[in-house]
Order: sequence, then structure tokens, then C-alpha cells
Amino acid sequence: MSNILVADQVTKNYGKFTALNAISIEVPAGSIFGLLGPNGAGKTTFIRIINQITMPDSGKVFLDGEALQPHHIQQIGYLPEERGLYKSMKVGEQTLYLAQLKGLSKAQAKERLKYWFDRLNIGDWWDKKIEELSKGMAQKVQFIVTVLHQPKLLIFDEPFSGFDPVNANLIKDEILELRKQGATIIFSTHRMESVEELCDHIALIHNSNKVLDGKVSDIKRTYKSNTYEVGLICNDKETLKTELSDKFEISTANFKTLEDELKINIKIDQKSSPNELLNFLTSKAEINHFVEVIPSVNDIFIQTVSKK
Amino acid sequence: MRNLSLIIKREFNSRVRNKSFVVMTILSPLIFVGMIFLVAYLSSLNNEEIRSVAVLDNSGFFENTLEDSDNIIFKKLEDIDLDSAKIISEEGDYHGLLFIPESNDISTLDQNVEFYVKGSPSVSVVQYIEKSLNATITNLKLERDGVDLLKIEASKSYVDLKIENYKGEQTSKMSSWIKAIFGGIAGYLLMMFIIIYGNMVMRSVIEEKTNRIIEIIISSVKPYHLMMGKIMGTSLAGITQFLIWVVLGSILMLVATTVFGVNIEPSSMPNQEMMDTANNSAMQAIIYDIARLPIATLIFSFLIYFIGGYFLYSSIYAAIGAAVDNETDTQQFMLPIIIPLMLAMYVGFFAVIENPHGTIAVIFSHIPLTSPIVMLMRIPFGVPWWEILISMLLLFATFAFVVWFAAKIYRVGILMYGKKPTYKELYKWLKY
Repeated sequence: MSNILVADQVTKNYGKFTALNAISIEVPAGSIFGLLGPNGAGKTTFIRIINQITMPDSGKVFLDGEALQPHHIQQIGYLPEERGLYKSMKVGEQTLYLAQLKGLSKAQAKERLKYWFDRLNIGDWWDKKIEELSKGMAQKVQFIVTVLHQPKLLIFDEPFSGFDPVNANLIKDEILELRKQGATIIFSTHRMESVEELCDHIALIHNSNKVLDGKVSDIKRTYKSNTYEVGLICNDKETLKTELSDKFEISTANFKTLEDELKINIKIDQKSSPNELLNFLTSKAEINHFVEVIPSVNDIFIQTVSKK
Repeated sequence: MRNLSLIIKREFNSRVRNKSFVVMTILSPLIFVGMIFLVAYLSSLNNEEIRSVAVLDNSGFFENTLEDSDNIIFKKLEDIDLDSAKIISEEGDYHGLLFIPESNDISTLDQNVEFYVKGSPSVSVVQYIEKSLNATITNLKLERDGVDLLKIEASKSYVDLKIENYKGEQTSKMSSWIKAIFGGIAGYLLMMFIIIYGNMVMRSVIEEKTNRIIEIIISSVKPYHLMMGKIMGTSLAGITQFLIWVVLGSILMLVATTVFGVNIEPSSMPNQEMMDTANNSAMQAIIYDIARLPIATLIFSFLIYFIGGYFLYSSIYAAIGAAVDNETDTQQFMLPIIIPLMLAMYVGFFAVIENPHGTIAVIFSHIPLTSPIVMLMRIPFGVPWWEILISMLLLFATFAFVVWFAAKIYRVGILMYGKKPTYKELYKWLKY
């Protein structure tokens, strides 16, 4: 799989403050790429560099193998976190203007706008002013403006903020549909559950440095600790617990079940297999729950950020 | 380039479609003319009122010397004492009672005349009465001392300088004032245009910032293009407004000349004849002088200086708008704009009108920040073309430099939110 976007040693300073420190990131074509990091880590600066809003002090960015040039703007769709529209301009006029700025002809823009307005059920908004719309409604218009020129690379910064669950779902489906049609999506958000659900690659930026990147499944594999979450039905919980703690590293687990069993996390060493653990446990009690603990992106995020 | 023209079009439309623009453009000249007519009408109403003044002359000196004017009629009361005269004048339809006490000595007469009036007297009535009494008493004193009044009358002279420049064009005393007034109006209008349209640019930058549309737009266009498009689009709206005013003004001028019957083609009417007829009517003289001003040069220079001056100032306005989050924070940065503009106005009104080609006027009409206003004020007095050219070149060179400088602040500022920056921080932004 080729990379649609490659950032090579991108550095940006604002006076004495380093916003990005030699960041190198590769975004595979056709992926949904999560760009993560705590507030002020440098995500927005990085996104602005991709959009050529800010120029890097050193380092290079390549889109489809070419060093970034002004005409690449037309191949990128960017939905900023801080977004708005002209309040007193009509929706139709405004979307036409923004689409034309992205290089579409007026007729082309009109045709596509009609398609998208119908698709998102906002066909009758054309003559409304933005100030008459609610925040969520305005977000829909912004979403359309972002995707209208059919960019190869879409960058969404907190795309779901301001949407109710129904519309958030609608937008999520649209994003998945766009990926299916061949677009690559860079996704910057603090909502880890949507990262978990959507992203197949992530990069984590912390204090202006890239601290982690790769395929989500690979990252999880390296972060997992061979721990199993177990539910055991037995008469004497305390004895069993002591017996287990002699043999394994254990901690209390929290999960919901119907029974009142012993809930426990058991960590086994790398050499042993889960089957050995199972065999051992069946000899001691009745097992009604056995799951490998896979770290969530949220866990990895918190672990990485607080470690550094 | 395509994006720049799209931005210019949007900015122009959003200015011109604004209700206040339509009101300003169409209504304000009408309101202005309407006000002039209203004031003229009201003061004529006032003048038409005829006031009668009762006169009780016990000295007998003013038998035939108090002449009625258009608005004042003197009515003599005879054979009654002061008290009954007071009652008659107070109850009757009189503006007041003029009482001249019995006297044989003319020398003390001027101290003793009294005027009884209800409430406060009309200033014009008092002035007229004083003037009439003064003339009569002066004549009486001269006669008493044996001076021949006829000789005095014959010796009076009225000098009216016929002013003419070395090219043989005749002007009148009025024409210097008309030049000053037109220069003043042009300069003042330019200052207002710079402030009003510069402010529009600034507010529109702040609007884009607070709307948070700015990041969406600059992910499509370069900040420099956005700033220039904004400045240009707004300037086109300003030029449109000015041209509408020129057209409306020409129509008014045409109406005025037809009404007052002045031929505004100077060549078709010999100057001497013109001046003779002009003497008959002050209005004709004024219109004649206006017609002979370098109107075309004035309008042309207005446009050029508006573009230069406006571009210079509005790029500063744009940078200020980018540096702040809301309009209240702009105050601290306004000083560098307001001071040169005010200075230009003061130089214009004090130095230029007193001496249009003096050193101060010439210097300030070349300094780029003040030249648009000061030079415009000088132009009606006749300025050599090369001086205008030098001043315009200086203006546009400075403009190019200031735009470069403003664009740097703008580029950084539009993405900065939160704390309002200091001058020191703005300086730092130049290096980002």
C-alpha cells in the first residue's frame, strides 16, 4: 500500500517555542488515520502545514510523492476544529463561493451542491442565512463544503463536535462512504471511542514530538500484557484468590455479570499459553468469563502521555 | 488570480448590498440638499414677518429720518406721555416702543434713547434701529458744526479690486474662498472615506476571525490574497459611492445653473461681460467660480489619492483587525492611524488655506500619510502636475511597503486567538 501523505522531519518554531520537533509521519492511501495528542501538542500546527496555511521551518511534506505545491490545495479537504461561516450570507451563495475558491466552476459547484443538499436532507436551506441555522445545521453545511471538491485527502478536526447522536452517525456513515470511494481520511479528535471505531492507523503527538505511530492492531499487540479477565464461580473466594496470587500476578477486575463470582485479572508470563491457564483454572473452579485484556486506544493514549 | 477576483466580488457585494451603504449613498446627498433648502426656507419665513415699532419722539429730531425697511414699519405716536405710549404699544400689535426723550443737545442724545420691548427683541430690529439713529445723529452733528453733507456724500468711495492672475483670467474675492471650500470639502471627504472604508476592512477581518470562517478560507486561498481581495473589493464599493455622488452632484449643478441662468462654458462668454453680469448676482458669481475650478483634475486626483491613501491606511486597518479578537481591543492601535489623518486636516485648514503653496503645505502634500488630504486641498489653487506626480509616486511606493508589512502581521494574526497582543508581540510576528 502506497502512502498518500509523507511528512519528513517537519519542524516548526514560533519564536523560542517549538511547536513541532522533527515530525515524520506516513499516511497510507485509503486509510482512516487518527492524529492524536493532548491539547497543545502540535496537531493543529501539523494540519495547518499540510494545508499550506503555515510553512514549516524545515522538513518536507509530500502529497502523492510530490513535494507540496499550491495546486495541491485543491486535492485536500479540511474541516478545521474552529469553524464557522459568514453569518449574514445565504447558505447557497456562501457554499458556491467556498466551492469556487476550491477551484470548481460555478455550474459544477451548483450541481454537486444540489446532490449533497438532497443527500443530507437540507435542500430547502439554499436561501436561508447562516444566522438562522442552529450550530449542528451549520456544521452540515461546513461538512459539505469540505468534501464538495472530491479531495483525495480529507482532514477532519473534531468532526463530530456540535452534532446530536443522529447526525453524528449520519456524518460518520458519510465519512466511511467517502473512504470506500477512495479518499484517505486524517482524523484528529479527543473522542477515543470514535478513534477505536474508525481508525486503522494512528499517530500520537505529545509535547511537539511524535511518540507513537503505526497500525492500530500492531500498536495494541505491543501494548498488551498477556492479561486475562476471568470470572470464577466458587465457594471460598478469598482462598482461591490467595492461591492464585501465589502463582500469578493478579489484580481486581471490573466487569458486569449476572452472578456473584470472583472477578480477577490474571497476568501470565510470555512463555505460557492461555490454554495452560484455562486448564489450571478449570481444576479450581467453574469458569463463566474468560477474555484477553486488549488495551483500548484510550488506555494507550493515557499510558503514553502520562509516562513521558 | 481567479480566487482574488472571487474574493473581490464577494467583498464588493457584501458592502454594496448592505442596507447602510444604500442609505448612505442615495439618501445622504438628498438629505444634505434637503437640509440646505429647509434652512433657507425657514430663514426666509422668518424674514418675511413684518414688525411695527411705535415711536415716541419728544425731541423732534427724527421727524422724517426714520425710514421703514422691508421688515420694519415705524409708527409715530403723537401728543401722549410715555406711560400711555407704553400701554398703547404693549396692548397693540407692536414689536416694541422706541422712546426718544425731550432734548436740545444732540451730543447727549445718543445716550438717552430707549427701546421698550416685550420679551427679548429681534437682533435685526435692534441693529436696524441703531443704524438709523446713528446715521441721523451723525448727520445732525455734522450739520451743527457746519459741514456740508453733500460734499461728504460725494467724497465717499467704494473700491472693488478686479483680481486677475498673470494669465489674464479674472477671479473675484469670492473665488479664493470657493477654492478653499472645495479643497476643504474634498480633503474632508477623503479623510471620511479613508476612516469609513478602512474601518469596514477592519471590521470584516474581525468578523471573519470571530466567525471562525477564516481557517476554512485560508485553507483555499493565500492570506495575502484574502487581505488584498478584501481591501480591493471594499475600495471598489467606495469608488462606486463616490461616483454616484459625482453624478448626483453634477445633476444638482446642472439644475442650479439652469435655475440661476449662468452659462458655465467660460469660453462662450467674454470674461468682462461675465464679471459684469456676475456683479448683479452673488449666486451667479459663486456658480461661475465653481464652474471654473479644475473640477476634472479634482475628481481625478480624488480617485487616485483615495485609492493610494485608502490602500495605505486600510492595509494598516487590516493588520489591526487581524491582531485583535474584537472591536473594543482596536483602540490602542488606532492612534497611528488617527494622528496623521488629524494632522493632515489641521495642516489643510490652517496652512493650506492661508498659503496654499507655502513650505508647510508643500512638505505635507508630499509626506505619504498626509499627502492625500493636504494635496487635495491644494489642488483647487492650482498645483503643477509634476508636484502631484511626485507626491502620488511617493504615496504608492509607501503603500507597497506598508502592504508587505501589514500582510505579515495579518498572516499570523488571523490565526491567533485569546490575549490581545502588544506592539512588541506584533514586531515578533513579523519574523514568524
